[in-house]
Amino acid sequence: MRAISWLPRSVKAEEPRKNVPRVLVSPGGRVPYFTTSLSAGRKAARSTLGKTTATGIGRPVAEYLQTILPFWLAYLVAALVHATLLIVLSLASGVIFVWGERKVAGRIQDRLGPTRVGGRYGWLQTIADGIKLLTKEDLRPKGADSFLFRIAPYVGWGASYAAFIALPFANGWVAQRMNVAVFFILAVLGLEVFGVILAGYASGSKWSLFGAMREAAQVVSYEVPLGMCVIVPVMIAGTMDLTTIANMQQGWFFNWFVFHDIFTFLLFGVYFTCATAGVNRAPFDLAEAESELVAGFHTEYSGFRWLFFFVAEYGSMFMVSGLAALLFFGGWNGPIPVTAFWPDHPAMNYLANFLGMLNFVFKCTFGVVVMMWVRWTLPRVRIDQVITTCLKYCTPLAAVLFLGATLWTFAFPGGITGMRQVPYGMVREQYKPAEVRAAEDHVAGHPAAESDLAVAGQHRSPR
Amino acid sequence: MSTQLDDPRIVESDVRTDEMLVNMGPQHPSTHGVLRLVLRTDGEIVSDTTAHIGYLHRCAEKIGENLAPRQWIPYTDRMDYLAAMNMNLGWSLAVEKLLNLELPEKAVHLRVIIAELGRIASHLVGMGTYGLDLGSFSPFLYAFREREKILDLFEEVCGARLTYSYITPGGATHDLPPGWIQKCEAFLDQFLPVVDEFHTLLTSNAIFIRRACDIGVLTPEMAISYACSGPVLRGSGVDQDLRRDGEERYTEMYDGYAFEVIVEKDGHYPQDYKYPAVPREARLGDCWHRFYVRMLEIRQSIDLMRQAFDRYSTAKGSYHIPMKLNEKLPRGEAYLETEAPRGQMGFYVVGNGTPIPWRVRARSSSFNNLSVVSELCRGCLIADVPAVVGSLDIVMGEIDR
Repeated sequence: MRAISWLPRSVKAEEPRKNVPRVLVSPGGRVPYFTTSLSAGRKAARSTLGKTTATGIGRPVAEYLQTILPFWLAYLVAALVHATLLIVLSLASGVIFVWGERKVAGRIQDRLGPTRVGGRYGWLQTIADGIKLLTKEDLRPKGADSFLFRIAPYVGWGASYAAFIALPFANGWVAQRMNVAVFFILAVLGLEVFGVILAGYASGSKWSLFGAMREAAQVVSYEVPLGMCVIVPVMIAGTMDLTTIANMQQGWFFNWFVFHDIFTFLLFGVYFTCATAGVNRAPFDLAEAESELVAGFHTEYSGFRWLFFFVAEYGSMFMVSGLAALLFFGGWNGPIPVTAFWPDHPAMNYLANFLGMLNFVFKCTFGVVVMMWVRWTLPRVRIDQVITTCLKYCTPLAAVLFLGATLWTFAFPGGITGMRQVPYGMVREQYKPAEVRAAEDHVAGHPAAESDLAVAGQHRSPR
Repeated sequence: MSTQLDDPRIVESDVRTDEMLVNMGPQHPSTHGVLRLVLRTDGEIVSDTTAHIGYLHRCAEKIGENLAPRQWIPYTDRMDYLAAMNMNLGWSLAVEKLLNLELPEKAVHLRVIIAELGRIASHLVGMGTYGLDLGSFSPFLYAFREREKILDLFEEVCGARLTYSYITPGGATHDLPPGWIQKCEAFLDQFLPVVDEFHTLLTSNAIFIRRACDIGVLTPEMAISYACSGPVLRGSGVDQDLRRDGEERYTEMYDGYAFEVIVEKDGHYPQDYKYPAVPREARLGDCWHRFYVRMLEIRQSIDLMRQAFDRYSTAKGSYHIPMKLNEKLPRGEAYLETEAPRGQMGFYVVGNGTPIPWRVRARSSSFNNLSVVSELCRGCLIADVPAVVGSLDIVMGEIDR
């Protein structure tokens, strides 16, 4: 009897998954994840009576610390470790992207960019600028609302930084693995506009207020088509968990969701446009339009406060590029499954995950560089034209493509080639370390599950 | 409707929240100099604009009452500092009209070359900064890269890059150096493909068309009534170019040169130039047309320069008539308008028998062009104000003198 009755008949759910080629399974999936997922760790701890199930390299930090510290302290320290790593990433990416922007802008404009500080390529220029900004006089306009003026940059940056909590960099390498990761990221990114509104209002200048109001209207409007664009890969995958979505795209590049069907392919274009508008990059950068508003909402900010707005902007660019990479381009899974042929050893799996992380960061950086490229090429769009584009073009287009993608997945559940390894539908999965799952499968009499991926196709009763 | 702020001692019983007075102050990245525009807006829609000028007034005309004409040439440089050669030319022609001088052929053709090269340099700035006003950063730098080459050429001729004081009553201060014509030809050969690049980046760009078409439409009647001139006037469809229609003394400089006035006739621009087509959304007299006229004038100047090279090489005579510094100016007055890159620039000089003129006056083209901004900006958004002001291509040095 079919356990999942609503699956189309063409997908035979009862068949054991013997014909899954080994080559498509990522070795990273076999190892317990390098994560501090609180609920999972606690379950694992409870199920094995306080002993950790994993050994060797790649153990979750929280599980390892449990052996030395009391339970609550272990998780607190693990959380602090991850928070620090993310702060370093957020600030370091700001520094590197500022340098990258200046170099890219220079080259597009037929000049070199920074070439003196830190050698021939000027890569320490941003550090020098950061030191300069730290030592600048702390200005505050007299008409400014002092408390709001001071906290506005941190509110904006805090929102941009908090979204990194749910962003996975490799299989299991995520600060907090959530099964509503996509939803969380979209929600938190929408908070960034608070920082902008506060900055514009609290500056006490009409020009800043203009910039803030424009930005509020723009970001909030573009969240609608952005949400619709993001729903389609979520629907194809059946889950909002970013790690699972990326795992489903492992293997060769044609497994990527962007090549899944023509509607998703076009939807990526719409997503990128909406994402550029959502982070206020040109051609939608009216909030900071230099030629009209001097600097828009951050006109009155100088020194370190201004730096935080800047870092927030580059962090958000990195975030939306990361979301695009995960949802459409396979995340850490490269165009070629290089590490699938490696032997299964904890150290090699760790290395595979590490290379996957580099792959992911490369994709994010590429997205950011494309945004920079577009900024220095195109003129700026006027605010009413921006909202028109959103409401009259992006939203209906996203809706039509969403409908198309839905009908496609209904008509071709196996993908256009009929050979997709992962059928659609619910992929609700619970995190269990591989050994635990293998033990359970052995008990239930099914062949050992090889990976997280294979779990999805099993017709066991949902747990 | 005035934009005077009320006396703050009078306490208002109800605060008006529907209208804002926004100050696009003298310091602003896009007002092309020290121009103060006070906008009365309802949210983003501008209902009235008042331009406050005078921040760059340097009493040039009063100083002219104390200096000989040749000594006053640097002051003309600093009026429209982006087209200084054309300012020098205007003043020199006015003084020569007063003195009734006849120039040798070589000097005339030299002046054509220099004036047209100055026109190209000025339009490059106008076009580049217009892109910058609309948010497009790269064409600005490409335009300035080309302008650097022109400024290098000018530096070879007279030693200066911005304020040349090169064209004087009587001709010019120096002859063109040997080999300069060849360098100029080489520059023009590599410059023409770059102009096509600008067309791709700006003129035919969809976002640029949305920002500039149907914005700031200036009707021909309004343009004539406000005494606009130059590309602003021709962009509205009025067929007027002083190089063809002006005074005898000025048009005989361009005698024998083949050029068509860049203006839209029957929906078409002059056919000699390969150009991107006029977009559907554009209306005659809007910012796009003014921008387009300038782009085509660059091509026209290249044409004129090439014709002038041949004529200069075969011309007879000297490049100047030697004049004494304390040459007495005859009693009388002379006024001459020339076609500067920004419009019709006029110089007026009154002589009273001494080497020092009694009165000098400069009629600024940008002054009249700017006066139309309050009409054009009525009802547009704040984002359109830099678009309109940029399309008028004003220079505050010329307006304030």
